[in-house]
Amino acid sequence: MSQVVQLPADQSEPAEARPVYQIERLSKTYGRNGFTALKDVDLTLNKGEFGAVIGSSGCGKSTMLKIMAGLLPPSSGRVMLEGKPVLGPRRDIGMMFQQATLLPWKTTLGNVLLPIEMRDGKAAARAAEGRARDLLELVGIGRAESIYPGELSGGMAQRAAICRMLISDPAVLLLDEPFSALDELTRDFMNMELQRICLERRATTFLVTHSIPEAVILADRIYIMDANPGRVAEIVDIDLPRPRNLDMINTTKFGDIVHHIREKLGKEAFGT
Amino acid sequence: MTDQGYTAAKSDLAQYEGDTVWTEHEPFIDRIPRWVAMTGLFVMIVGIWYVVTAVEIVSNIILPTPMETWEDIVFVGRNMASGGYMLEAFITTTKTVLVAFGLAMAIGFSLGVLVGETKFGERAVMPYLVAIDTMPKVAFAPLFIAWLGFGIASKVALATFIATFPIVVSTAAGLYAASENERMLFKSIGASRMQTLVRLKLPTGLPYFFTGLKIASVGVMAGAITGEFLGGGQGVGALIRVSASQLDTPRVFSLIIYLSFLGLALFLTVVWVQKTFVFWNKSDAPGGMA
Repeated sequence: MSQVVQLPADQSEPAEARPVYQIERLSKTYGRNGFTALKDVDLTLNKGEFGAVIGSSGCGKSTMLKIMAGLLPPSSGRVMLEGKPVLGPRRDIGMMFQQATLLPWKTTLGNVLLPIEMRDGKAAARAAEGRARDLLELVGIGRAESIYPGELSGGMAQRAAICRMLISDPAVLLLDEPFSALDELTRDFMNMELQRICLERRATTFLVTHSIPEAVILADRIYIMDANPGRVAEIVDIDLPRPRNLDMINTTKFGDIVHHIREKLGKEAFGT
Repeated sequence: MTDQGYTAAKSDLAQYEGDTVWTEHEPFIDRIPRWVAMTGLFVMIVGIWYVVTAVEIVSNIILPTPMETWEDIVFVGRNMASGGYMLEAFITTTKTVLVAFGLAMAIGFSLGVLVGETKFGERAVMPYLVAIDTMPKVAFAPLFIAWLGFGIASKVALATFIATFPIVVSTAAGLYAASENERMLFKSIGASRMQTLVRLKLPTGLPYFFTGLKIASVGVMAGAITGEFLGGGQGVGALIRVSASQLDTPRVFSLIIYLSFLGLALFLTVVWVQKTFVFWNKSDAPGGMA
């Protein structure tokens, strides 16, 4: 990955404030029962920024991510990515889900190449094999390239899913609770891996999660969502230094932020 | 007091010194090796059969002795090996079965995709299929004979008719089998509807499709033989009917046994193809036996 090596090593420098994602007055009402999943959500994600949205289940956070990814049309409002409206799935959006969702009849390498194969055909996929191998190497499962998913552990499968998301060099990464199906030890480790990859690639990332510590350790900015109707209740900027490590979880500052968010979420959800 | 209790417990423990290794015992009947169990059961059944015929609980015309049956199996085998009329009958039936199976696969798969992939198929076509499927399909046999005559075509039609439905249903079920996550993944990487069908839904549905084929492989045999019973002609079914009317029960038995080889060969071929194609599916889909 030569492009990675060329990146400036100094990560403490703030990312240039160029908006990548712009979401304005986004609302989503489900037709059948008139349920308002999202109401007037405004959100801007700058280049290289790591945003996270947190909220209890049913607050519309997954709906928001799907709209951002072009998998679901909004009822009103608009989503702009790189200055162009999102009107369906796009090549410059990389997505990752709670489940790795690898095709069992394809090798790890074949699974990583799937987006290229679908968009540009088999020949393009073959041409991208070298890049796919580099990515597998980057996430530390280079040796698993010819193994079928049935033989991968949960963590390895999610690493392969990371590679599949990165293969088309997306401008933005959308993560829907990517590691919540993994055990806690693996999840912590994968979160640190994710941070390393995002920093190396200067990736613009948006994470949906229901784990407060996960959001705090990863994000630059957290959007706390309120349910029914789903809206952004508060924005919390996390000024912990980068790169972050798991030891920071034990610091008072980390604890204070977690405490604050938990109080806020509790107030929104239970009115206490 | 407590001290005493402790000493007592300790002396109790003394008799259990060493490791506590213990094994779980499988009952004897579950430990019999497969081939012994199968041979044993076979010998037992033939034994009972022999006793029943030897003491003539049942007349030999109704149930021939094992020996008579074996001799007839050898006779039929010789006739077929020397290219006799029974070989011809067997070839006719095999042809009927294979052609019908091929047709059922093609029609069943197409209809299955129509029903499983399109809203039109699901809403408009499926109800009719269900309605026809609930009818006793053998009742259509006289119609097929009236339409297609007493030749092989009417038998092929009946066998195809019976074998098509399980394939339709299983193909459609297979197309629903892809998970919501997988569909969303394909959508997010910009796959077209055709790509999603061919690259995701069909491969995911393969185990279901093969389960349908296994059921169909049994149905197609039943259809072909029923057709030959009712429509005469040259197949093994016609031979069985003639033999039965002549009270030649050993012949009926031996013909049935040869037919079962044909059915088994078809079934095992499907199983083999499935294992080759669906290599990733270690824990087999419903369908058993394989």
